[in-house]
Amino acid sequence: MNSTILSFEDVTFTYMPEDESVRPAVENLSFSIQDGEWIAIVGHNGSGKSTIAKLMNGLLFPQQGTVRAMGQTMSEESLWDIRSQMGMVFQNPDNQFVGATVQDDVAFALENNGVPHEEMVKRVKESLHQVKMEEYVDHEPHHLSGGQKQRVAIAGALALKPRLLILDEATSMLDPQGRVEVIETIRELREATGLTVISITHDLEEAALADRILVMNAGHKHGEGTPDSVFLEGNELTKLGLDLPFAMRMTHLLREAGLPLTREHMTEDELVDELWTFYSDK
Amino acid sequence: MMEKMIFGRFIPGDSLVHRLDPRAKILFVFLFIAIVFVANNAITYGLLIGFTLLVVFMSRIRLYFLVNGLKPVMILVIFTFLLHILFTREGAVLLDLGFMSIYEEGLRQGIFIAIRFLVLVFITSILTLTTSPISITDGIEVLLGPFKRLKLPVHELALMMSISLRFIPTLMDETGKILKAQMARGSDIGSGPVKERIKAVVPLLIPLFVSAFKRAEDLATAMEVRGYRGGSGRTRYRQLNWRFKDTASLLVLVALAGTLWYFRS
Ligand SMILES: Nc1ncnc2c1ncn2[C@@H]1O[C@H](COP(=O)(O)OP(=O)(O)O)[C@@H](O)[C@H]1O
Ligand SMILES: [Mg+2]
Repeated sequence: MNSTILSFEDVTFTYMPEDESVRPAVENLSFSIQDGEWIAIVGHNGSGKSTIAKLMNGLLFPQQGTVRAMGQTMSEESLWDIRSQMGMVFQNPDNQFVGATVQDDVAFALENNGVPHEEMVKRVKESLHQVKMEEYVDHEPHHLSGGQKQRVAIAGALALKPRLLILDEATSMLDPQGRVEVIETIRELREATGLTVISITHDLEEAALADRILVMNAGHKHGEGTPDSVFLEGNELTKLGLDLPFAMRMTHLLREAGLPLTREHMTEDELVDELWTFYSDK
Repeated sequence: MMEKMIFGRFIPGDSLVHRLDPRAKILFVFLFIAIVFVANNAITYGLLIGFTLLVVFMSRIRLYFLVNGLKPVMILVIFTFLLHILFTREGAVLLDLGFMSIYEEGLRQGIFIAIRFLVLVFITSILTLTTSPISITDGIEVLLGPFKRLKLPVHELALMMSISLRFIPTLMDETGKILKAQMARGSDIGSGPVKERIKAVVPLLIPLFVSAFKRAEDLATAMEVRGYRGGSGRTRYRQLNWRFKDTASLLVLVALAGTLWYFRS
């Protein structure tokens, strides 16, 4: 069953409504997300991605249009109920670690929602297991790597058994290894639980893993579609200030150099496969 | 030098003292502070020393480590000791140096005050060394619980304390980074006249403050997203367990008070 879990209907948001000269951070934006989907939102810095994330869970309210989540319209009343069903992970691993140790941090959202103690202990254990951090229960944040902290943040979100997980540039401050750790964790989570994931990123390689990509440009929706169809735009995306994945850039350059490659390649493996079979196929 | 300082440090362990409930330990320290003032002669001060050594022994923290870590305090102790020797003019003269003389009462008072100081510092250090900061915070929160009725924001205070403790290492790291960055730009904090050095600290503090505010803002957002709405309706993940040994530790203290009372002159 595919039901809509979150939708924006003609949403406009301005940080400074009183100042006419300031452009809205998000303008006339509409889209909807189905239960179980993995959506990537991409766009240049300042294109309004974080603003969208904040509108999604009621940290900000739009001046125009409606945000609907979990079947309810976002309002002061429905806010806390909606929030308890969505987890959110931010960019900076240090600035979202509230607890003194890993387990305290994972328990934080549970404490806030008044979950009884025995249930809390169980859920903390389960969530840490889901992100493979169970060995670190008693570790303090400054003894963890960035990738590990982000996994703890994911566990903290999972502990509430959310229906939706929003990652706002959760991998952008990590080293390559941390990035892989976090992306793998999300992938496995989705396989195991079918959780709906919205990952906000300006890394198209990460976005390529999603079911659907939403491209933002200066507060407007530039387009949306499957990774394949979005990447067909190629250089158009570069103009929007996005870095194409290495394999795609390579494909373009090879084409320009006169090599008649058959299709767009999103991963290095695909590209290499076509290249080494290139002559034998002729 | 900072490494050796043991104020506010926590040494994980599994001794009886480590395993006591933080509330018991906090109460213990406060009661002990009161009891120390009962002692007023050689026997009672001797008992206090014996008792303190017993506690240190039970905490399995090496006495050498403790004494070494408390060196800065020792200077203060010696200073008070000397003050007493120099300024008390009672009892028989023990030593006449011409320009000044040392009196029997001065020596006695000096020694007693020094002992009092030392046992207090030792016992409080044992508290902080054997209890993790987060447990101390938990203990304080629960002990102050009754004051919520008087509108004292106990939960908020405890949360502030635990978040501050959590961010100390992060901000220390950051200070180190900024320091290096400014040094690479030719700033020199380590030498020169005091005025110059103070001036050199400003470019260190400003970035630190800016980043601390940014962190605070991010943290507040993260907390709100995770459903934080203040203390009411919250449950606690960390549970405190008051066991028989906790009651026993306080009873021991009462026994000590009785004994001191009996032997005091
Ligand atoms: N707190 C704020 N106050 C005023 N303007 C803001 C604030 N946060 C973001 N903006 C502005 O809104 C626009 C969108 O920002 P943001 O949503 O953070 O973009 P992104 O996450 O895609 O980098 C930018 O022009 C930015 O300058
Ligand atoms: Mg952003």
